[in-house]
Amino acid sequence: MGTYLTQIFNGISVSSVYLIAALGLSITFGLMKVINMAHGEFIMIGAYTAFVVQSIFLNYLSGIFSVYFIVAIPVSFITAGIIGYVLEILVIRHLYGRPLDSLLATWGVSLTLQQLARSIFGAPNVDVKSPNWLNGGIQVISGFVMPYKRLFIILLVALCLTGVYLLLYRTPYGRRIRAVMQNRNMASSLGIPTRKVDAYTFALGSGLAGIAGCALALLGSIGPTLGSNYIVDTFMVVVLGGVSRLAGTIAGASIIGVGDTLFEFLTDTTMAKVLIFAVVIVFLQWKPKGLFTISSRELDD
Amino acid sequence: MLKINNLHAYYGESEIISGVNMQVDEGKVVCLLGRNGVGKSTLLKSIMGQVKTPVGTIDFNGSNIAKIAPHKRARAGIGYVPQGRDIFPQMTVLENLLLGLEVHGGKGKIEDRIFELFPVLKDMLGRKGGDLSGGQQQQLAIARALVANPKLLILDEPTEGIQPSIIQDIGRVITHLKQDGDMMIFLVEQYLEFALDIADYCYVMEKGEIVLDGAMGDIDIEEIKKRIAI
Repeated sequence: MGTYLTQIFNGISVSSVYLIAALGLSITFGLMKVINMAHGEFIMIGAYTAFVVQSIFLNYLSGIFSVYFIVAIPVSFITAGIIGYVLEILVIRHLYGRPLDSLLATWGVSLTLQQLARSIFGAPNVDVKSPNWLNGGIQVISGFVMPYKRLFIILLVALCLTGVYLLLYRTPYGRRIRAVMQNRNMASSLGIPTRKVDAYTFALGSGLAGIAGCALALLGSIGPTLGSNYIVDTFMVVVLGGVSRLAGTIAGASIIGVGDTLFEFLTDTTMAKVLIFAVVIVFLQWKPKGLFTISSRELDD
Repeated sequence: MLKINNLHAYYGESEIISGVNMQVDEGKVVCLLGRNGVGKSTLLKSIMGQVKTPVGTIDFNGSNIAKIAPHKRARAGIGYVPQGRDIFPQMTVLENLLLGLEVHGGKGKIEDRIFELFPVLKDMLGRKGGDLSGGQQQQLAIARALVANPKLLILDEPTEGIQPSIIQDIGRVITHLKQDGDMMIFLVEQYLEFALDIADYCYVMEKGEIVLDGAMGDIDIEEIKKRIAI
């Protein structure tokens, strides 16, 4: 009983990590159609930001060290967001509608950022120390413990998801973003400054990757290649879910997260990856546009 | 006042608009007629800034807008209803209308007047734009442009593929706006009777050039028919 519950919980937990890593990508790739290979590096930036915030608290604010992680989350969001904003203006802006070029250019950016991280923080991995209140877990029944860290990440993901949903569907900012993504020319003809919206949207996607990195810092050590470990999985989540829908990203993350854990339980880690990729490939043969597609009278692309 | 001087527009290498001069006066309805593919829609897109116009000027209320970004032209007071309507299909009717307020930075509210002009929209506020019929989408597109109270309203073939009863409704709305008298309306049409009914002045276009123009009453209707007949 405990084993099965643990597996289910792990499945949800892995899904939540995928979801938070893919949430930003579902905006930049799903909504903006930019293949951003540097998305993983924004995750890395978020993780290193958490590390820097931790170091500052250790050195100057050790009295209130336990709250450093709560501070690190918005700081990661803002840091990754600002770097994303700059990247959009310098690189991405010139590559809209040229997916292959954007793929190569952002890959270059990704390598640059990795090297930059290596130069600043050194090649060896660094670790953040979890605050005390995140250590340990709830013992539900014997053999089934829910670690606080995992619960915290699930909660954080839920908060981010709600925030993104409200922003996109309940505010004028979100309305502008959706208008630009659905029909750029018409949006500009209605007086929406599309360039500005692009930059802010890209910054939002990058900022969310930053939060993902902050969360991932709790689960393992932080290295310059932290992001590249996640980039394939996150793209898979977005493609499987179907682009331009939040619900698709949630479904994609759940399927890949739960599938990963399930196959890993039945076989081993490597085999699990092979199996889940095979499932996704077969699924995309059947439904090339992913789980959630938009069907409408006027959409014929 | 809208005054276009020696305007040229290109798609890639090919010239679509070659040296157009025209003018829309305060409170007037001006109609641009012509066959398919002569550059009528391109001219409207040039005014809106969706097509590059390297040569020529577009004077709108005293300033040349030929080189500024589309959203700034919209904010200067140009409302655009494109061919094919370009409703945002995944958004509700209400959201589509609210986007009309973007010219004022999203501030303000939708005036009741809009629903007096288009009563059909009032019952559909919660429906997805893409689920509306062609005629309803056309009315929504016009309403969306009117929400901003534009000084100049540009309509690209508002009667195309629309059932006759809705064409009448749209004609009534344009007549109504004309009677209010403070809005310029620039209309592209192929439906001659509809155009002649509401226009004050007509231009006829062929191969990217204006070949005939004149005020309603002066202009030779038979000549127009000859120019736009297929």
